[in-house]
Amino acid sequence: MSDKLTIWQHASRLQPLLVLILMIVAMSLLSDRFLTAANGWNIMRQISVNVCLSIGMTMVILSGGIDLSVGSVLALAGAITAGLIKSAVPMPWLGVELQFTTWGAIVCGLIVGWFLGWFNGQMITRLKIPPFVATLGMLSIARGLTMLWTKGFPITGLGEGFAILGTRTALGAPTPVWIAAGLVGLFVVITKKTRLGRSIYAVGGNEQTARLSGLNVNRIKVIVYSLAGVLSAVAGLIMTSRLDSAQPNAGMGYELDSIAAVVIGGTSLSGGRGSVLGTVIGCLIIGVLNSGLVLLDVSPFWQQVVKGSVILVAVAIDRMRESGE
Amino acid sequence: MIRPSTANQVVLAAEGIVKRYPGVLALNQVDFAIRSGEVHGLIGENGAGKSTLMHILAGVAQPDEGIIRLDDEPVRFANPREAMDRGISLVHQELNLVPWLSVAENIFLGRELVSGLGLIRSSEQNRQCRTLLADLDATIDPRSEVHRLRVGQQQVVEIAKALSSRARVIFMDEPTSAISDQEVESLFRLIRSLRAAGISIVYVSHKLDELLRVSDRITVLRDGRLVETLEAATADRETIVRLMVGRKLEDLYVHSPAIPARSERLRVNRLTMISRKARRPAVDGVSFSVRGGEVFGIFGLMGAGRTELLESIFGLHPTRTTGTVTIDGQPSDICSPEQALNSGLGLVPEDRKHQGLILGMSVEQNISLSSLAEIESVGLLNARREREHAQRYVEQFSIKTPTVKQPVRTLSGGNQQKVVLSKVLSRQPGVLMLDEPTRGIDVGAKREVYSLVDRLKREGMAIVVVSSELPELLGIADRVMVMCEGRKTAEFDCSVANEEVLMQAAVPGADAEVERGK
Repeated sequence: MSDKLTIWQHASRLQPLLVLILMIVAMSLLSDRFLTAANGWNIMRQISVNVCLSIGMTMVILSGGIDLSVGSVLALAGAITAGLIKSAVPMPWLGVELQFTTWGAIVCGLIVGWFLGWFNGQMITRLKIPPFVATLGMLSIARGLTMLWTKGFPITGLGEGFAILGTRTALGAPTPVWIAAGLVGLFVVITKKTRLGRSIYAVGGNEQTARLSGLNVNRIKVIVYSLAGVLSAVAGLIMTSRLDSAQPNAGMGYELDSIAAVVIGGTSLSGGRGSVLGTVIGCLIIGVLNSGLVLLDVSPFWQQVVKGSVILVAVAIDRMRESGE
Repeated sequence: MIRPSTANQVVLAAEGIVKRYPGVLALNQVDFAIRSGEVHGLIGENGAGKSTLMHILAGVAQPDEGIIRLDDEPVRFANPREAMDRGISLVHQELNLVPWLSVAENIFLGRELVSGLGLIRSSEQNRQCRTLLADLDATIDPRSEVHRLRVGQQQVVEIAKALSSRARVIFMDEPTSAISDQEVESLFRLIRSLRAAGISIVYVSHKLDELLRVSDRITVLRDGRLVETLEAATADRETIVRLMVGRKLEDLYVHSPAIPARSERLRVNRLTMISRKARRPAVDGVSFSVRGGEVFGIFGLMGAGRTELLESIFGLHPTRTTGTVTIDGQPSDICSPEQALNSGLGLVPEDRKHQGLILGMSVEQNISLSSLAEIESVGLLNARREREHAQRYVEQFSIKTPTVKQPVRTLSGGNQQKVVLSKVLSRQPGVLMLDEPTRGIDVGAKREVYSLVDRLKREGMAIVVVSSELPELLGIADRVMVMCEGRKTAEFDCSVANEEVLMQAAVPGADAEVERGK
């Protein structure tokens, strides 16, 4: 009985990977342009932004929450960094203008992301606003601030130094892929091997038990949303660098792609079950799907229908698995 | 609306009802009959089977064996709706009304009066509803939204709803648990007028005095069996209490004498906790102290505030709690479970599945949940240490599990409880609080829990046990405190206490008698 159970559990854990392999095989058979090194790197580079967002989203969902503001936070962090690189900040009371270095501006962008995430966490834990509503508010606030900061126009021409983040390659791989891979490695360790990670699973698995077991549930949630904010900022920096431009409407709707990747990757929307690696596979599935459908000349309208269907099937499987247990 | 009644004729009867839940025989061959136009009181300890019996007769649950007869004809109710259609209604303790709908909309919910166009005839509903409420002498506007009404009024709406579906038997589950004394009086008047109209009322409560006042007959349940049905006119408190508890102590309990002259480990002084819902104290000025090497029992019926007391001590309601808690002589200001654990308190909560365990996690992950710092090295959780940490407890408490990696949900209740105990004990608390530690676990596991409690006591731990089972408390505790409606009503040394005096002190409205008895 118990043996069967574990085999079954392993199988269901591997399910997203099997889907990914099946899709790669299918796409390769359908298009001879799919299975090439160039297309492989292309897919990896394209998904690196979503991977960064989705690592944060995975932790938020594991803890039993949701973060709808990631796309807006991405845009604001990118815009702040771009703005600080482009022009000096006048400080009239000191009689000077403050010109940030590229690295200084990057740090500022990350701090903005952290702060917005921290703010989400405070709204959720102190004011007891449900995560869906709190981050929905932040989605609008951060987007509005981005518009105010950019005055509605893209900020472009950000220089060679900043371009490294999104456009260069190192040791044969594009820098965004390195960054995303590094973050995946880091957060696999954090979620699986640290007290913080275990606490996140515990809070999502059963908040009341977690609290009674002496975990500081509120602090854990604030950390989770703060990390999601920082990771969104990283995604924003990569994207801004790759386009050499901070777009005021960057990242619109990205929260949906991110949630889709997490869910397809096998993380339960009710919290406590799932993994960062699963989410990476979820991102790859979406990436392969996007790339394959483009190569097959499927119309963009149909692409959306297909993507939506994949999400529904993934969630349906998740529900079946949950009731089966 | 109301049929003429034939006195003493049986309306609804249960014959040989058996109901099993996993690990528990909730009802064992129960024969129970309700006559027309009588008020039938149903009483028993927590877990005696009152709710189960009521649920089976009202279609909420189905019996495993036995038959239900309505007017001498066998019936089966697949759900409460079917029972209601046959004239059997249940007025729940937590009232089942939709708060944002009006009184009339609630009463006609699911069988609205509709016009030929399929639209709801609101004014007709309101008119009928007004007549119905007038019959009950209630001054409630059918158009007012239910959440604006007081609880007593909501109860009247529930009763009106039952009557509007031509109820002949109405089950009332702890109807006075949330209403004022004045509202109790008008409820009793209402019950009497319903009886006069030939409607049968089954009044389920643990409030003995009310039961004696309002009932014609009283049935006592104990351990899933019907003990006796008495005429209320000739019954008295003492008899009923004796019938409720009359059980033999089994050779189940492990109890060493208290170790004398140990120092005090826990002192609670005038602890009061205001309940969020009722805005009245759930715990009202309770004081007690426990020494090392002593087991301190807390007894009370449902809603007596025992769980709330433990939760308040453990820092779960810091903003609504007043009073002081002293641990090992140190006054401690505990504002969270985290601080409570750090000050040497441990709590095994009442609800194992929802408060004690994370069901999706493995045995070892559950055991290490409170002591993650111990299995950490250089900032990372060490898998080997975690396994060994869990292994230690699995062996010590003989937790039956194939490996420590086994999902905890697949374990039996007793073994799950030992996992929770392991988690709490891994912090080496000086004071251990156990809330219903043996609920829903089998006899063998119970005995193991008792002998563990005894061992911890001999090692000098101070142990607080909350339980609804009197024999259990008398079997393992050195002293017992009794709570009723948030207050401490009595404290006994177990060498002189017996089940009846404890039950007397636990039943509401008994304060005066206990004073006399002392």
